[in-house]
Amino acid sequence: MKNKSFLFISCDEAKLICDKAQYNEATSWEKLKLNLRYLWCHVTQAYVSKNKKLTKSINSSKIECLKNSEKKELKEVFHEELEKQHH
Amino acid sequence: MSKHQLDPNKWIDRYSDYLYNFTITRVNDREIAKDLVQDTFFASLKSMKNFKGEASERTWLISILKRKIIDHYRKINSKKGKAEVRMDFKSDDDIEGNWLEERVADAQYQTAEDKIINQELGDAIFGCLDKLSKKQATVFRMKTIEKLETETICNELNITSSNLWVIIHRARIAMAECMEKNWF
Repeated sequence: MKNKSFLFISCDEAKLICDKAQYNEATSWEKLKLNLRYLWCHVTQAYVSKNKKLTKSINSSKIECLKNSEKKELKEVFHEELEKQHH
Repeated sequence: MSKHQLDPNKWIDRYSDYLYNFTITRVNDREIAKDLVQDTFFASLKSMKNFKGEASERTWLISILKRKIIDHYRKINSKKGKAEVRMDFKSDDDIEGNWLEERVADAQYQTAEDKIINQELGDAIFGCLDKLSKKQATVFRMKTIEKLETETICNELNITSSNLWVIIHRARIAMAECMEKNWF
């Protein structure tokens, strides 16, 4: 039983590893366990497929966004302006 | 038909990333893009009385931003006295093949069609991002779009690594479902 859990993972664990893999943060050992489960688990297969599709779309869109600090700065100056308008 | 309402208190959270992404693809300069987005929010605040409620808040903000971008290029061009033409030749020694026509199909340039598809895809992604909770959207944006390290995000948001992965997991499920409806 112990040996089985050593290699076989739950569906939730597989999803977590799959998420990490999208950011290249899954270890080789984790990927091996994910691949094993992927062979027979339809839920894992569906999740991996959707997750990969999402990653591919986001990467191909090349979208960019403001950094948190930039957004905070923008929020501050904008709210100052907003306050001025209220007075 | 109900008319759209403006809520400037939520503009930065809801639209700053979308407006920034729209701008950066057109001006290719982070600082200029940031300034144009800020100018847009200020100008929108002053023009609130002119908002008729026929367009959505986002469409209205984009229309103001577009004018700001046009003004920006007009200003540059009037300074230079001519229209700016961006050319990116591969090498100076390539004299024989130095014809613009040969550069048209260069793979490094996006076609107009690619740009439209990317813009639409970007719109769909930001539209879905807007439907996430604030916390999920922030973590997802930092990890997926800004591509920050897990540790950096955890330190900045004061969350544990396990928290981060739970938030990412929920955000990815919601994003995938939303993209399934709106894009795939």
